[in-house]
Amino acid sequence: MSHISPVLWQFLVKWLTNFSLFPPEASKVAPQMDALYFFMVLISLVGLTVVILLIVSFSVLYNKKRHPVAVQIEGSTLLEATWTIIPLGLFLITFVWGALLYFRIYTPPANAMNIYVVGKQWMWKIEHPGGQHEIDALHVPIGRPVQLTIISQDVFHSFSIPAFRVKREAIPGRYTSVWFEATVPGTYHLFCTQYCGTNHSQMIGEVVAMKPDDFRQWLQGSTSGNSLAQDGERLFASLSCNACHNPRPDSRGPNLVGIYGSHLTLASGETVTVDDAFLRQAILNPSEHVTPGYAPIMPTYQGQISEEGVFALVEYLKHLDSDYRIQQTLNTTVLPADNEGSPAPGAKGSKAPGEVKQ
Amino acid sequence: MSAATIVTLPDQATARIPKMNFLTKENGLLSWLLTGDHKRIATLYLISITFFFFIGGALAGLIRLELLTPQNDLVAADTYNKLFSMHGLIMVFFFLVPSVPATIGNFLMPMMVGAKDLALPKINLLSWYLYVIGGLMMLWTMCVGGVDTGWTFTTPLSTHYLNTHVVSAAMSVFVAGFSSILTGLNFIVTIHKMRCPGMTWFRLPLFVWSNYAASILMVLGTPVLAITLTLVALERIFHIGVFDPAFGGDPLLFQHLFWFYSHPAVYIMILPGFGVISEVISTFSRKRVFGYTAVAFSSVAIAVFGFFVWAHHMFIMGISNYSALVFSLLTMLVAVPSAIKIYNWAFTLYKGSITFETPMLYAIGFMGLFTIGGLTGVFLGATGTDIHLTETYFVVAHFHFVMVGGMLMSFLAGIHFWWPKWTGRMYPEKISQLAALTTFIGFNLTFFPQFILGTLGMPRRYAAYPPEFQVLNVFSTAGATVLGIGYLLPILYLTWSLKYGAIAGDNPWHATGLEWQTQSPPLTENFPEIPIMDHEAYDYEWLERMERKEVASV
Repeated sequence: MSHISPVLWQFLVKWLTNFSLFPPEASKVAPQMDALYFFMVLISLVGLTVVILLIVSFSVLYNKKRHPVAVQIEGSTLLEATWTIIPLGLFLITFVWGALLYFRIYTPPANAMNIYVVGKQWMWKIEHPGGQHEIDALHVPIGRPVQLTIISQDVFHSFSIPAFRVKREAIPGRYTSVWFEATVPGTYHLFCTQYCGTNHSQMIGEVVAMKPDDFRQWLQGSTSGNSLAQDGERLFASLSCNACHNPRPDSRGPNLVGIYGSHLTLASGETVTVDDAFLRQAILNPSEHVTPGYAPIMPTYQGQISEEGVFALVEYLKHLDSDYRIQQTLNTTVLPADNEGSPAPGAKGSKAPGEVKQ
Repeated sequence: MSAATIVTLPDQATARIPKMNFLTKENGLLSWLLTGDHKRIATLYLISITFFFFIGGALAGLIRLELLTPQNDLVAADTYNKLFSMHGLIMVFFFLVPSVPATIGNFLMPMMVGAKDLALPKINLLSWYLYVIGGLMMLWTMCVGGVDTGWTFTTPLSTHYLNTHVVSAAMSVFVAGFSSILTGLNFIVTIHKMRCPGMTWFRLPLFVWSNYAASILMVLGTPVLAITLTLVALERIFHIGVFDPAFGGDPLLFQHLFWFYSHPAVYIMILPGFGVISEVISTFSRKRVFGYTAVAFSSVAIAVFGFFVWAHHMFIMGISNYSALVFSLLTMLVAVPSAIKIYNWAFTLYKGSITFETPMLYAIGFMGLFTIGGLTGVFLGATGTDIHLTETYFVVAHFHFVMVGGMLMSFLAGIHFWWPKWTGRMYPEKISQLAALTTFIGFNLTFFPQFILGTLGMPRRYAAYPPEFQVLNVFSTAGATVLGIGYLLPILYLTWSLKYGAIAGDNPWHATGLEWQTQSPPLTENFPEIPIMDHEAYDYEWLERMERKEVASV
């Protein structure tokens, strides 16, 4: 091998020892996806082999030297039906199999822990419910379903973790979600896969899957002091949301206690389920989401709250289960006496929300 | 010549190119620039799309060079983004879309239906001018700094966040789009109205059927693209708020509108190629295409279904799970006609009398590569695996197998096949067979590794990538070099053959199409008198009788 340049040689050796055809399978859905993938590889190989065999054998058998006069054949309905029905059947199998997988990946289980993701040019901002903030990194426990609620604050991005076989577009102005359950501790690639401008290829990071104990330790070590819901509570008070949305009998806005997950009939007659997306819309575009019995007086908060702020409010409302907690925010806020006025800046929720998820 | 060829050329010592033909009829630049002759317009198109192909190819070469190393070292990230954007725009709108229809199609369509010219010759010339104006706008865009939106113009990136020449690029595509609408319109009118006596729909060559299907897509789909690009320009200049969520617009609306054209556009690009393959395979196996009607109708089926699959580009974009389901099912259905075609072509060889001249080699290469391209489309059409594979190099590999492995192979098959008719001279056989082989090997080396890269998760449109992906990228770049040689060879020997090629005679391949029953190069009016079609398409027995009669009468 003396005539091969050593650089090239090293290069090939290195590659052959690390050669892989698919990324590590580090989530529960990964082996399921790979099963379908290899089923399709198999179909493709069979289909391709048949085509190649036909071409090669006909080329040998019926080339001009051996077969100087062609026999004219119109066609054959039977044969044509065969190669219509067999591919159709195989494609329908992959369709059903693929759809099952798709619904699994995009339908989060009820017990999933929620992590919020904001994409922007060119970084990923991750918000844990416990108040841990991360940039271009995502720490998750293994053996526990994790749901990501994703939004972009500028252009389209796409949140992709190849080792988990999941990917979801981050879209400006609307939430998308995806879930996974990591199975193997390790560090994996996190990519932005939707072209998003100059530093698209730098919008990468790592996903760290950790054993539950390590994850708990990491959470404790990375806390910012406040949980996300507490941040939301502060916003709720500092934006004076509580001036209208409170349990008083003469309140100007609907009470928001226990609203998350309930079904509402709006003034427009539309029935909605209150979820993250609805709450975001109701905050940013309130005039189109009016509750019957209340005047449409709420101003829009478009442009006044960052996407992380909206996430904090959503997380707060999600866990808002008693009037007492709104009362607490009212106690710490100087309420304007029935007319507009600015709330005390920096008002702080004194009471920690009860059940912030870890 | 040995038995393994069907080429019969006239005696080279006495043979002459007919004095009177469409190339010699008139001279001077103006006679070309103001011509109404479809063959001359086709020649103008051929020259202009070849020019754009080599610009697009050079950009592709730079992309592959940058990707030789994982770091972003050859060009800056912004430059890289411009390279792949301009490569995509030029290759899609200035090469692939007009490639077969506007060149080979323009040249052949009237001859194949037995007419003197297209129904609307002036509109045909106008379409070339629109193409050139669009092309010049694109070149201008490139010269003043380029555009980095990607060929997809994704909003709101293109409308609010980039400060490159988005509007002029969009308008260039807008103008070129009208050239494609006019070509499509012209074909539809010609096929309906200009068929010669006896030319019933089911006597039309399959090339006409597939171009008919593509024309319908051009006429119905391209206006949507024009509207979409206009909206992008208006949004960018006046902030009208159609796509921008901050103004109450919907960024997904752009995706719907764009893919409503751009998925059918894929079939605009590939269907005419199918037509070429049908002609070539039939001629070189001396046989009627197996299941003519099935192949003809599968083109139409693709055109119809092709309009209802666009949202398969958006499975991960937050469309509802159920609409993803519907679009996935329709995508599976549109894959079936393509499978039918492949097997019909393969069975055309059965009991034929096959020879392997260059067009046939390209056509066989097409069948292999298009099969891979089509089957990998099923990976992406299945919603589950699409989540993992979309937006990675798997997609890049998939559509290059279809567009380059499919369309470009069939374009080259067609150019070689009809070259003797077009110029009156043969291309050199041995070197062109070598070129076909080089292209095939280079192509596979370039794009096959990208399937593995995509499966490993390497995202597309990355100027820099994690180092573990390097080896496969090196293979890909090496392959691109071979592929580049494969594409340079034809331009050299085809140019050479214009002067030194052997005189071809009317019908060197003994093909059955009407275009072969007239002189090469044809008269401006194509035929001395309007032919009468008294036999089926691909009737080799009829051809034999005719040839015997000719010999007897001489």
